[in-house]
Amino acid sequence: MSAPAELVAVRDLKCVFDVSKPWISRLIDREPRRLLRAVDGVDFTIRRGETFGIVGESGSGKSTLARMVVGLLRPSAGQVLISGVDMAATRDPLARRDVRRRMQMIFQDPYASLNPRWRAGDIIAEPIFAFGRGAGGANGAGKALGKVKVQARVDELLRLVGLDRADGRKYPHEFSGGQRQRIAIARALASNPDFIVCDEPTSALDVSIQAQILNLMRDLQDQLGLTYLLITHNLAVVRHMATRVGVMYLGRLVEIAASEALFARPRHHYTRMLLDAVPDLAMSGRARTPVGGEAPNPIDPPPGCPFHPRCPRAAERCKHETPLLRDNVACHFPLDGPESQGRSGER
Amino acid sequence: MTDPLLSVRDLRVEFATRRGPLVALDGISFDIAPGEILGVVGESGAGKSLTGLAIIGLLDPPGHIAAGEITLSGRRIDNLAPAEMRKIRGRRIGMIFQDPLTSLNPLLRVGEHLIETILAHSSLTPRQARERAIALLDEVGIPALEKRIDGYPHEFSGGMRQRVVIALALCAEPALVIADEPTTALDVSVQAQIIAVLKKLTREHGAAVMLITHDMGVIAETADRVAVMYAGRIAEIGKVGEVVREPLHPYAKGLMAAIPTLEGRLARLAQIPGSMPRLSAIPQGCAFNPRCPEAFDRCRVERPPLLAVGDRSAACWLYDRGEAPAVARGIEARR
Amino acid sequence: MSQPTLEPAKAGDSSPRSFVGGLADSDLVASFLSQKIIVAAGAITLVLVLAAIFAPWVAPTNPFNPATNFLIDSLTPPRFAAGGDARFLLGTDDQGRDMASAILYGLRVSLTIGVLSVLLGGAIGITLGLIAGYAGGWIDAVIMRVADVQLTFPAILIALLLDGLAQAILKNSNREETAFGVLVVSIGLSFWVQYARTVRGSTMVEKNRDYVQAARLIGLSPARILARHILPNVMGPVLVIATINLAIAIITEATLSFLGVGLPPTQPSLGTLIRIGQNFLFSGEWWIVAFPSLTLAILVLAVNLLGDWLRDALNPRLK
Repeated sequence: MSAPAELVAVRDLKCVFDVSKPWISRLIDREPRRLLRAVDGVDFTIRRGETFGIVGESGSGKSTLARMVVGLLRPSAGQVLISGVDMAATRDPLARRDVRRRMQMIFQDPYASLNPRWRAGDIIAEPIFAFGRGAGGANGAGKALGKVKVQARVDELLRLVGLDRADGRKYPHEFSGGQRQRIAIARALASNPDFIVCDEPTSALDVSIQAQILNLMRDLQDQLGLTYLLITHNLAVVRHMATRVGVMYLGRLVEIAASEALFARPRHHYTRMLLDAVPDLAMSGRARTPVGGEAPNPIDPPPGCPFHPRCPRAAERCKHETPLLRDNVACHFPLDGPESQGRSGER
Repeated sequence: MTDPLLSVRDLRVEFATRRGPLVALDGISFDIAPGEILGVVGESGAGKSLTGLAIIGLLDPPGHIAAGEITLSGRRIDNLAPAEMRKIRGRRIGMIFQDPLTSLNPLLRVGEHLIETILAHSSLTPRQARERAIALLDEVGIPALEKRIDGYPHEFSGGMRQRVVIALALCAEPALVIADEPTTALDVSVQAQIIAVLKKLTREHGAAVMLITHDMGVIAETADRVAVMYAGRIAEIGKVGEVVREPLHPYAKGLMAAIPTLEGRLARLAQIPGSMPRLSAIPQGCAFNPRCPEAFDRCRVERPPLLAVGDRSAACWLYDRGEAPAVARGIEARR
Repeated sequence: MSQPTLEPAKAGDSSPRSFVGGLADSDLVASFLSQKIIVAAGAITLVLVLAAIFAPWVAPTNPFNPATNFLIDSLTPPRFAAGGDARFLLGTDDQGRDMASAILYGLRVSLTIGVLSVLLGGAIGITLGLIAGYAGGWIDAVIMRVADVQLTFPAILIALLLDGLAQAILKNSNREETAFGVLVVSIGLSFWVQYARTVRGSTMVEKNRDYVQAARLIGLSPARILARHILPNVMGPVLVIATINLAIAIITEATLSFLGVGLPPTQPSLGTLIRIGQNFLFSGEWWIVAFPSLTLAILVLAVNLLGDWLRDALNPRLK
């Protein structure tokens, strides 16, 4: 089977949570339904071998998006295609299993992502047993696996992430945060996936440990040909790791660009604002536009463009008309467009 | 040179455990001048939060101050009776904790928080206190005041709550504010706002700040001087510009090199091998020596004190010049 | 407030300690040994349990063998009292049975019923709690409403109900055998709600944790996830409840037997003995009621103390 260049395709993905009060209370108080549009129509593709970063703040919906991509959360609308296969629409359990095997996830909290009652080795071995295959074996469900073979694979994985064989016998609480994250990475690699979703993989780690883990992830990507979807709020991390970046705000992608371009020439005002807000370690004294307001409540988003209350360029049109993602930016007056040449006011 | 506002000398904090005392802070010394912002940066387990708690007298037992002195405006505060310490807390030292949600009592209105504190530490009437509270909230940038002052904490967003907490810390006009990770729980865009508020208000009220955080970027933006902590000790202390651009201590060097920046996609981030030692297993000599690329024999045996390098200090034998340690004296004697 | 984090060993420091060594060093054992009264309670419980298990060998006589009981020995005071007989340490009852032996056998019955009913209640409660917590929605609602209804019926009522049912259904076959089962089932049924509620709460917390998500990710079935991942993590509070319930079960059984709804006199538990003895209290033969009561009280107290200690000792570990 040939490997298409486009590994992951997300089409018009939505996730809507019903956070209304119970029906009786609503009836009595005459309140309408309240819907939380966590993800409100997201489209992107990820090519094989690349790292696609998604940045956003709290309430942007990036974690919800991650969970939908990997199949933990059922989308309200839209599709997620892994190598052209839509797992949610497939009935065939074998096909579903195959898709599941190809993708894995690394979670944010190293203290909650490992079962505290299991040994590290068992945690890493579980996916191997679940998918019923040893290292790189053929598609054979139900093939008995030698314990020795599994143990060998576990040892290999431990070594790959920089841990020792003997660490497999230990329990999670005997490890530090960085080491636990390595175990989580080893577990993610156990089923030989093609695609790994990383949900804030280093946000809970110290800076020096973060450097180790990010280096490890890059090395593994080179060695094993992995594709990453990296979700984070840390712009510096995404700059270091990602080849393409998408910026999310209140459930929508407002800009997608190659990493280089996004950071050098942001086109959406929110992106510019985010970049300006990052504390200046280099202390180069660059000019910063003042930042205003906070992300609004996702249950009650502003009409039109969700960013308009905080946008320095907001015009009448922005208050009524929601901009669609066009040419990879969702803005009526993007920063590099013709309208932005030093003029304000409506068209 | 004016007298320092806060002076910490050889502070040692221990935890009594079943297996003997555990040393969490091992001889910390630093000063904070009036109105200055000192950043205390370090990774988890370095002891930076403990330092703040020790100063303000909120160490949970079995932690206790085993040795050292803490002086505030010339007066010792580490050995005060709890009642005395309570007077100092709030009035002379304000504190800002990390999580604004748990710092505020969910059952009290925001205005009540402020008024209660103002009344406790001043002799204003309730009406005057309320006016002062409104003025403070205005200073921290909370709009629609008359309505907001009677709101409950959960009705405010995270950034707003942290502004309230800042107002609360400043309402008794303290000389020193200890801020423990004030922006860590906030979004990036809100972080920038809160840092600006903190800087502005402390300058206006003339309060000094001890800013504890693991985020070097926040320190670079905010602090005047910075102390880098490692395993319960201070590794380096000096002006923030100098420490960030040209760190002296190998740990500080490693730390700065490990931080990714917006500049570009590097091949690899510089990484420091290993991790911070457990408190019960701190190596002999310099605590950083097993991970230090520049360690030599002396580092493994003798613990370096803070050695002066210009107007900075670094606890590293690489900078030992003319300090007359025992070895140098020995060499001299043998000549 | 942040306490210093004890960083664990670096990767590469791989000296596994032996299980026993690790256990001996643990905080749990230290907590146990540090309180003398808990050690005493543990020792007493152990002694009583062993005595109960080995009753047939430890007891001087078999009090329920009619061949060895002589009515002429009946109502003999304990050995150390006036008029006592050297053969009977604690005296005899109205049938000539040796009290010491009767107590040992009674202890056996009481403990057996106690343990079995706790196991039954626990099994039902944990299972339903896991299902309710994980599934949520209407399944959760139904289970919880059933639990609420169950709570309105005290063990005694259930025992009476089940006893009557058993009589009717089994048409008065050997009442002795059914009595045992009826008791276990009715006491067990009165317990499950506690387990269910606790486990349900813990399950609801654990199911959102990332390690459960990781298990879902590799396609494990809910049953497997519940059994292998969630169950080990919610067992902590269950152990505490179980120890305390054991004491309650024993008392409940004693009450039921005392009221005459429990075991027949041929298979007496401590409760039955107390009931029998009560009749003779005011005629001067105090030992028939005193010693079983004392044993029961000590057993229940010891088990309760152990349960309390366990709850406090496990507390810092609960997330």
